[in-house]
Amino acid sequence: MITRRRMLKTASTAGLLLAAQGLLPAWARNVAGAVPASGPRTGPHEFDLTIAETPITIDGRTGSAITLNGGVPGPLMRFKEGETVTIRVHNRLPEDTSIHWHGILLPFQMDGVPGVSFPGIRANSTFTYEYPVKQYGTYWYHSHTRLQEQLGHYGPMIIDPANPDPFAYDREHVIVLSDWMFEDPYRVFAQLKKMSHYYNFQKRTVGDFFEDIATAGLGATLKDRDAWGRMRMDPTDIADITGAVYTYLINGHGPETNWTGLFTPGESVRLRVINASTMSYFNVRLPGLPMTVVQADGQNVEPVEIDEFQIAVAETYDVIVRPESDRAYTLFAESLNRSGYARGTLAPREGMAAPIPPLRPRPLRTMVDMGMDMKDMDMGGMQMKDTAPPGMAGGGHAMPEGGRMDHAGHSSMGGHGAEHGGRVGSMMEEAGPIVARHGPDTHGPGNTTIAHVERNRLAEPGTGLEDVGHRVLVYTDLRSVTPFNQRPAEREIEIHLTGNMDRFMWSFDGKKFSEVKAPIPFRHGERLRLIMVNDTMMEHPIHLHGMFMELENDHGQYIPRKHTVNVKAGERMSLLITADAPGRWAFHCHLLYHMEMGMFRVVEVSPHEGRA
Amino acid sequence: MMILRRCGMLVSGALLITAAAGQASAQQTPDGAPAGWPEPVMDSQIFTFFMAERNEYQIDDDNQFYVWDAQGWIGGDYNKLWLRTEGEYVLDQGKLEAADLEVLYSRTITPFWDAQIGVRSTFEPAQAWDGVVGVQGLAPYFFEVEATAYVNDEALQFTLEGAYDLLVTQRLIAEPRVEVNLSTHDIERRDVVSGFSELEAGVRLRYEIIREVAPYVGFEYVRDEAAEDDKDSLRFVTGLRLWF
Repeated sequence: MITRRRMLKTASTAGLLLAAQGLLPAWARNVAGAVPASGPRTGPHEFDLTIAETPITIDGRTGSAITLNGGVPGPLMRFKEGETVTIRVHNRLPEDTSIHWHGILLPFQMDGVPGVSFPGIRANSTFTYEYPVKQYGTYWYHSHTRLQEQLGHYGPMIIDPANPDPFAYDREHVIVLSDWMFEDPYRVFAQLKKMSHYYNFQKRTVGDFFEDIATAGLGATLKDRDAWGRMRMDPTDIADITGAVYTYLINGHGPETNWTGLFTPGESVRLRVINASTMSYFNVRLPGLPMTVVQADGQNVEPVEIDEFQIAVAETYDVIVRPESDRAYTLFAESLNRSGYARGTLAPREGMAAPIPPLRPRPLRTMVDMGMDMKDMDMGGMQMKDTAPPGMAGGGHAMPEGGRMDHAGHSSMGGHGAEHGGRVGSMMEEAGPIVARHGPDTHGPGNTTIAHVERNRLAEPGTGLEDVGHRVLVYTDLRSVTPFNQRPAEREIEIHLTGNMDRFMWSFDGKKFSEVKAPIPFRHGERLRLIMVNDTMMEHPIHLHGMFMELENDHGQYIPRKHTVNVKAGERMSLLITADAPGRWAFHCHLLYHMEMGMFRVVEVSPHEGRA
Repeated sequence: MMILRRCGMLVSGALLITAAAGQASAQQTPDGAPAGWPEPVMDSQIFTFFMAERNEYQIDDDNQFYVWDAQGWIGGDYNKLWLRTEGEYVLDQGKLEAADLEVLYSRTITPFWDAQIGVRSTFEPAQAWDGVVGVQGLAPYFFEVEATAYVNDEALQFTLEGAYDLLVTQRLIAEPRVEVNLSTHDIERRDVVSGFSELEAGVRLRYEIIREVAPYVGFEYVRDEAAEDDKDSLRFVTGLRLWF
């Protein structure tokens, strides 16, 4: 195992450091002109990737990373739809590794999940990936071995389309968001097991209690504390690992370094935003610059103009911005719990910067997140004021385009100087509709809560973005450009996302991976409806390998295809899958530490080679 | 030496029980993967935890004490070997007043509760063994609770312990704590009286320099029915909470 201490020993030579900096690919350097424009391939269809331990510098501090061709992130892999690529991966680590091509449709033996699709890449050996490229879009790749991804083993991937994109742009930048820690991730993993709130330094204090009494009244405050206390849940539990240990990166650069992407005023700039974090959702915006979303998870969607979007771990969004003025714009990616941010700049020239917006107050979990039936609850006071808004105000679904989320004064939640005024009432009707009720199964000791009521939350912008006062992307905005398979589902599978925050256990249906005896069976060629119910109080990015999931968001044959879906707390989500990829595939939560704790399954599409 | 040997015996016995329990629910890899392939995730790891919750100097009108109260476990999500030890050393007299060690098999039974079964070896004030059955976990409203019954041929004893974390700031935490001991019979040689035998109630204010290291100060009220003259004692405490 590569522990941090061992790696630091190898990180001490200054010469190595300089070498590492020089190895950064152009698009990831401090100041990037642009990713070379797409077009006919000039380079070879063969690639070499060397995985090794290398020292890297983040905002002036040196740490040791698992690098790909010397950098974090790894090199931009740029393919062309229709070609067959050969990638030789040389493992220079003293341990096994792997590369998984995230969101790519390929033969399962090339999918790169140790223990599922292949045995892994042994130390000091080479594995050759070879597969036909059957799609277009923005993707990424990463290790699927233990916690290597946390140590820097990830990189971006672009597949240029065989037919031109249905939108135009003059220049493009790749934006790889990630979360870096100087600590040993295996130690962090153990700390969470021993004390799950270890990294949460935004808990509610005695001071918050009195502040809430002052603003909401004693009765309402007590009612609120009573509700959370009875459940033994903490509404400040937004992210398991926080800015207390993370430095959030754009293209491998910390906020101080200020990665800068250049543009010429008047140009259309395509930003290919990839969330390569292990545990961090981001709220992404460019103050002063609206964004037009044109792709989600590598799939073209009908353009939709927004001011901010929340990107779940492992998702990608392509947006086009049109900066007209000769000025700098801050690219601001705030972590979900607002404990830190990644920051870069779009500017016409090197060395420019725009103001960095302040971090907004951290959000709070709500009774909607808890899957509580609001009808059963006291509607007065605090329930409304403090616990209802994030989910309840999550509307947008019923509101006209551009007019979403305009509750004056509803700007933020919770203590820490949040604005408390004017938040009572008016948001009840805005939570997503209840679409089902939970059955009697509470999923055993590995699961703390159930979603008593299961809501459709596709039209909600996500935790903490309910009241930001500008346009936020929601899943119902995503509408595919091309129609897909209209075959109705022949079979339905329901899977519950479960966990026990207190013990840091994560699972599906209350069972971690090692507790189940067999893969989830798919028959080759069948059309399935996958229903996911999130019984936990936090959002999970769920990823299926090998096949796209079509998100049933009411757009008929134009429903969008996703490789990773963000399932909100208390949500019931419905997806269609055509099981057209024989083989063994991973299906898991893409929060790395949740996956490693057992929120993971194998899906087996049969028959396939070697298995009837 | 004697004590050490006895501890060793206890721990190895309980390890056997825990290992057997772990074996019973031995986790099988989902089939289909060829032999020799690694596990895709590391969800069956064994972790270890040790916390000296109270590790402190106490002083009242008459005496000075060193008091410890520590526990730890080794195990997985469902089965753990759990150790608890408590004791009091009277500094002025150079006398170990109380010391015991519990070795328990602990099983996750509900999301917030573990059931525990095992033995307690008491070294002071008298050598003794007890069978132990209890539950430990998080009660509604975030109370950390240990409820334990001790069985021996002289009496049935109960201990109920509760603690609560009150956040003054993110790192400054007040922790009220109460412990009540009850017994069905007198056990004179062990300083136990029937009925209500002992109460400890205190509050400690700790500062978490890092989560693992927290110095604290506080007060503790102790009522000991078995004490000969002064049954009540109000003590100032200062200590260092540690875990790893």
